Amino acid sequence: MTGFYTLFQKEWLRFWKVSVQTVLAPVLTALLYLLVFGHALSGRVEVFPGVEYTAFLIPGLAMMSVLQNSFANGSSSLMQSKMTGNIVFVLLPPLSHREFFAAYLLAAVGRGVVVGSGVLLVTLWFVDLPLTHPLWVLLFGVASSAAMGALGIVAGIQSDKIDQLAAFTNFIILPLTFLSGVFYSIQSLSPFWQAVSHFNPVFYMIDGFRYGFFGVADTSPWLSLAIVGGSFAALSWLTLTLLRSGYKLRN
Amino acid sequence: MTPAIEIVDVTKRYGELHALAGVSLSVEAGEFFGLLGPNGAGKTTLISILAGLNRASSGVARIMGHDVVGAYREARRALGMVPQELVFDPFFTVRETLTFQSGYFGLRDNRAWIDEVLENLDLTAKVDTNMRALSGGMKRRVLVAQALVHKPPVIVLDEPTAGVDVELRQALWRFIRRLNRDGHTIVLTTHYLEEAEALCGRIAMLKQGRVVALDRTENLLQLHAGCQLVLRLGAALPEPLQQKVVERRDDGSVRLLLPDHAAVEGILAALREARVAVLEMEILQPDLEDVFVQIMNRS
Repeated sequence: MTGFYTLFQKEWLRFWKVSVQTVLAPVLTALLYLLVFGHALSGRVEVFPGVEYTAFLIPGLAMMSVLQNSFANGSSSLMQSKMTGNIVFVLLPPLSHREFFAAYLLAAVGRGVVVGSGVLLVTLWFVDLPLTHPLWVLLFGVASSAAMGALGIVAGIQSDKIDQLAAFTNFIILPLTFLSGVFYSIQSLSPFWQAVSHFNPVFYMIDGFRYGFFGVADTSPWLSLAIVGGSFAALSWLTLTLLRSGYKLRN
Repeated sequence: MTPAIEIVDVTKRYGELHALAGVSLSVEAGEFFGLLGPNGAGKTTLISILAGLNRASSGVARIMGHDVVGAYREARRALGMVPQELVFDPFFTVRETLTFQSGYFGLRDNRAWIDEVLENLDLTAKVDTNMRALSGGMKRRVLVAQALVHKPPVIVLDEPTAGVDVELRQALWRFIRRLNRDGHTIVLTTHYLEEAEALCGRIAMLKQGRVVALDRTENLLQLHAGCQLVLRLGAALPEPLQQKVVERRDDGSVRLLLPDHAAVEGILAALREARVAVLEMEILQPDLEDVFVQIMNRS
């Protein structure tokens, strides 16, 4: 356990030491989204009955920040370690692939939760946000963060160069998060795009998270939970398989 | 007694390329062992397989009797490795780097040993310095310290003195020699053959993924190169002796390669017969570089 705990501690400190970039910057970005979209659309759009657009937007922004930062943590850490060569320091010790996975994953969830909490704390000054089912909020926050954290580890293992990782972020993560209902309810979309949205697992992450705040959602929170849990399980299996084989790390 | 390192018919293929084409060797506990070979010979691949940084295509590698794949935890605990590249984690100080490395090996409170290693490597003054701010030589010392945090019985150094100044190189070797005297098994790869000659009790030479020589250093020096005779003469070297010349120097002297010391008399007799005066004469012992060149050319 000491090996796992040390690796987790190192990964935690790694992002915490540059928290201006890894925590404050994404909180500020979310705040800017809130100010711009909130100002532009407040009073004109009512997504759920009795819920202001600004309030509707906040859980989506918080979850988007959670997902992007959970992904960024493991992926950027592994990428940098591979590029600089200091990955050997964690490959030489007697750490199992499970310990390796758990440490990187927990640090990614940690960063996601810290950033998400930061976004919620800062934006709460602007809107009175209800918290109907706090446990659902916590559950979706952690499970979604874990799924994206695992995907981040896969991306970090797979990428050999910074531009490959950037492509992963810009062409997969950003479209998935932006087109998942952060800024709108999918009910407002045409039936075709509604159907397409249901194939995006990030939609369920945000919808379930939002259910925890408002008690209403576009789809059943249980279905969302099953899909988020299934995504996490599948991505964990993939990550563990890659780590056990030593793919791109031990050759 | 269990060998410190046992490598049995290890191969490594990258597509069509055979980086290792069936290497077998064994290093006894307490040895100072050298692994030599030109670039691309497979030295780093072999070391990486021992350290678990790479996986063999076939064959078995054991450290202190532990299979590097099947019993990787025990094998890695028994091995300290100093990598060739000057790598470091720019986020942390020297103390943090060593504390993390201890923790990865399951050592929670390792401060006393870390302090001892730091002192031995003359790093105590830099303990709270960020790794980024250290000079290349200091970073190299931290890499050595990182390999030692878990007190491994076997230490592998992959070209540890590449690009290192003379003072640090000597300090490093004093320290490594002491570790060897204390019972640690040392495996060294280096391009500085005089270092290998001075330090290693036994040497393996690799070429194109195969072991082409494996013997005690003194045996290699005796077996593979005779003696060398440097002559400055009053006249040209007689024709029959020309074929023994391996070097013509700017000062007019010639270097001849002879099978052994007894052959010197034959050369002098030939010169007397041809009435060529010997102005200066020097007999040189072969060094490891000569042996290395000879073995590499032959194999």
